Amino acid sequence: MDVNLLPLLPATQVLLTALVVMLLDLFLKENEKGLLAWIGLLGLVLCGVETMLLWGSQDGAFGDTLLLDNFALFFTQIFLGAAGLTILASIHYVRETRINEGEFYALILFATVGMIVMAAANDLIVFFLGLETMSVAVYILTGMWRASSRSSEAAMKYFLMGAFATGFLLYGIALIYGATGSTNLNEISANLVEPMTEWPLYLAGGVLLLLIGFAFKVGAVPFHFWIPDVYEGAPTPVTGFMSVAVKAAAFAAWVRILMHKLSPFDSDWYGPLWLMAIATMTVGNLLALSQPSVKRMLAYSSIAHAGYLLIALVVGEEWGGPSLLFYLVTYAFMTVGAFAVLASLTDQDGPRENYSDFAGLGFKRPFLAAAMSLFMLSLAGFPPLAGFTGKFYIFRSAIFAGHTNLAIIGVLNSLLSVIYYLRVVVAMYMEEGGVEGKSFRQSPYLYIAVALAVFGTVYLGIIPARALEWSRVSFFSLD
Amino acid sequence: MAAFALGNLSLLLAIPVIGAMLLVLIPRQKSKAHFTCALFFTSLAFLWSLNILNQFDGAKGEMQLVERVPWMRFYGIEYLVGIDGISLFLVLLTTFLMPIAILASWSVKDKIKEYLFFMLILETGMLGAFVALDLFLFYVFWEVMLIPMYFLIGVWGGPRRIYAALKFVLYTMAGSLLMLVAIIYLATRHAQLTQVLTFDLLQLCDLHLPFHEQVWLFLAFALSFAIKVPVFPFHTWLPDAHVEAPTAGSVILAAILLKLGTYGFVRFAIPLFPAAALAAAPVIIALAVVGIIYGALVAMMQADIKKLVAYSSVSHLGFVMLGLFVFNLQGVQGGIYQMLNHGLSTGALFLLVGMIYDRRHTRMIEDFGGLWKQLPVFSALLLLVTFSSIGLPGLNGFVGEFLILLGAFAVTPGWTAAAATGMILSAIYMLWMFRRVIFGPLANPENQKLKDLDRREILILAPVVALIIFMGVYPQPFLSRVKPSVDLMLKRVFAIQGMPTAVNNTAGGETKNDGR
Repeated sequence: MDVNLLPLLPATQVLLTALVVMLLDLFLKENEKGLLAWIGLLGLVLCGVETMLLWGSQDGAFGDTLLLDNFALFFTQIFLGAAGLTILASIHYVRETRINEGEFYALILFATVGMIVMAAANDLIVFFLGLETMSVAVYILTGMWRASSRSSEAAMKYFLMGAFATGFLLYGIALIYGATGSTNLNEISANLVEPMTEWPLYLAGGVLLLLIGFAFKVGAVPFHFWIPDVYEGAPTPVTGFMSVAVKAAAFAAWVRILMHKLSPFDSDWYGPLWLMAIATMTVGNLLALSQPSVKRMLAYSSIAHAGYLLIALVVGEEWGGPSLLFYLVTYAFMTVGAFAVLASLTDQDGPRENYSDFAGLGFKRPFLAAAMSLFMLSLAGFPPLAGFTGKFYIFRSAIFAGHTNLAIIGVLNSLLSVIYYLRVVVAMYMEEGGVEGKSFRQSPYLYIAVALAVFGTVYLGIIPARALEWSRVSFFSLD
Repeated sequence: MAAFALGNLSLLLAIPVIGAMLLVLIPRQKSKAHFTCALFFTSLAFLWSLNILNQFDGAKGEMQLVERVPWMRFYGIEYLVGIDGISLFLVLLTTFLMPIAILASWSVKDKIKEYLFFMLILETGMLGAFVALDLFLFYVFWEVMLIPMYFLIGVWGGPRRIYAALKFVLYTMAGSLLMLVAIIYLATRHAQLTQVLTFDLLQLCDLHLPFHEQVWLFLAFALSFAIKVPVFPFHTWLPDAHVEAPTAGSVILAAILLKLGTYGFVRFAIPLFPAAALAAAPVIIALAVVGIIYGALVAMMQADIKKLVAYSSVSHLGFVMLGLFVFNLQGVQGGIYQMLNHGLSTGALFLLVGMIYDRRHTRMIEDFGGLWKQLPVFSALLLLVTFSSIGLPGLNGFVGEFLILLGAFAVTPGWTAAAATGMILSAIYMLWMFRRVIFGPLANPENQKLKDLDRREILILAPVVALIIFMGVYPQPFLSRVKPSVDLMLKRVFAIQGMPTAVNNTAGGETKNDGR
């Protein structure tokens, strides 16, 4: 067997960048550390170029435990985009909150490496490796704002909950290995030919544990309890990164492992997943309604969005898959953008993330407020913005596959979400007071990040055809 | 039409957007320049729509000036616009009223740039909804209108503006989201039955779904449109939105936005689901007549002039709904004509209320009285518009209501008689209001200092009043262009009588009237 290293290229590229950033951090003076962000961005851009060049390849490394296909590349690009925008948005944030810059950027990059591996993994152990690389980096990122006790508390909670989820996943993997004699997904799915009712109990149990682990990671009800506290406590750019990239990585693995390779399970156990989708949407939206803090509201709304994505999982491969991929792209832009705006409001003497802090923003910071309105309207699903097209394709796939009831529950949920998303707009344009002009971060890079997110949100809303085609091609590159 | 060249209708849609983009570039201090820019582009859109009227062939009932560009090919979504006799005059009404609404916004001083920006975007949204023939495209425009209106009410409105704006958005969204599901479901069924995935309205109209499916889909569409119209009992958002909205917002809301509801019935709900529409007709007629009487009775009790006009809208749009759902030429034609009439007369009423509000900062009827002496021009115009609103012969309102009642009487005499009492009630509440505001002694000292309308205000009202009179004495140019399209629509509705349960109760009378 030849050792084919090409599939490792994207992950290696980011990994090397992370190491360079970490090492340089030791030698740079305090005022020179701004350079690190740019090195990190450069590495991400290079990796982005590589993924584009590799587009269309169908390859595997190490006995097909790590695959290089459009599916992996598609998700890699989501991770790269999210990481890049997060770094741009946090350049001033980390400086002002005295977070160690070198470590911060290096950890973002390490987390990205883990995610890339997760999306490409075709072996449960390799998947687990990627998951842990990502998770450990994100645990630390959550607690990096050492001056804030909320941040430390969030990191602790996240770590405990994450360890719990990891336990489920590992037990699941162990049981599946016990039943099928392999951790390689190709071999496992080859051993799964009989209908699910014939499975030994421990195999079904293993798959169920895997499902629970995934549900933890994406924050699906009833495994969502960690999300609000962790999202609220983490430094704001990190929250954006978590709610986009970590979720996307978990969905990537969920799609490849559970939906695609263990698909018999998916169709037989459609009931629990159906319930989970409805519960996740509804609980997320109902709880988001009553939050006084915008950050916490966004945390709950991210639960709701996981619910919409679960609809795509229920719908299943042919129709649900591409719409899930597309939705994650649209979600990435609007969510990273929204958290970037939120990050620009945060004050040193305390968090500025309540609705009342947004009051009057529309006329104090017209650009940020207009961008935030776009993100909110997009998250609520107003056309012609990305969030609408994303939802449209998910609901369309649901109706096409005969799940009209799910689509109806989905649209009623987006009606609920309109209430709390518009509250932000109300505060920005229709109320007075709020944060004084001087307590904004004047960061040009953050503005660039926001502008890019606005561009993505509008572009995907009006001209989604190409991105849709990519998500289709990517999804059907799963073999 | 080549894919890259903008057609007539696309250009019409583009003009306000271009204006809005230019507005963003003008520095904030130059409020005069903002006004000029907005006024220029809305007037340009009006002139362009006259060009469209000129190119429109009034003898044909089919869609004209159709433009078709693939948008999301794989999903069967197209950019597809076109115009026929039904939408033609609604488009013209929109472009006609927009410059007037901009002129009427003279008293808006605060954040004028954003205000005009939203007005222009709103215009594109409304025009787009009137000309879209692809259901997906229609839905996009339908929702696009919502956001500017939300801001117009929420930022520039009265004291309870935030509540009213949110209520407006939530009510509309509640209906339209279910319509979205119905749109997708319909396209999906079309794809399953014919192997063609499309959102093209004309192709979808040829799909004959079983009755029970049609009913559900019709209900989803009808709910969305009924909230917009608003049909009783979905009207409760309307008074709040109207009272809180700024003058121009009320004008647009009453004159154009509400018409999108009734237009939605004629353009989408009825042709797509004829069997279900026929079956639902008795219920809708009943609701329409209840709305006529209820709206009139509630309007009578209002102390606030703006609220009175708002409730009168509920009543008048009940007439439109009645006309549309009797499914004969007179009824539908009258309904469409009445949409234009209501747009003009209620628009003018809101303008007049806005003008008196700018002077006195109150809209309470009891604060006025005896204005005739002080404000003769204002009073005269108000009298004329009041007569138009109550349907005095010689003015536009009479033609529409007469046609509707004529059409309705052939189908359902009982309900028609009830609806006719609504006309009497409307005369009562409008004239009673007029008497209390205009006649009587000029008792309130504050009213003694009021100035009559200035030249700008007369200029705003003059075109509307002229059109009110013109449409009253010479309706033929309008009706003749509407007729072929209405004929075609009715023919389609009755041609698709495959469904046996469809026409038990109402259609018997109608097929006779359908003879042209």
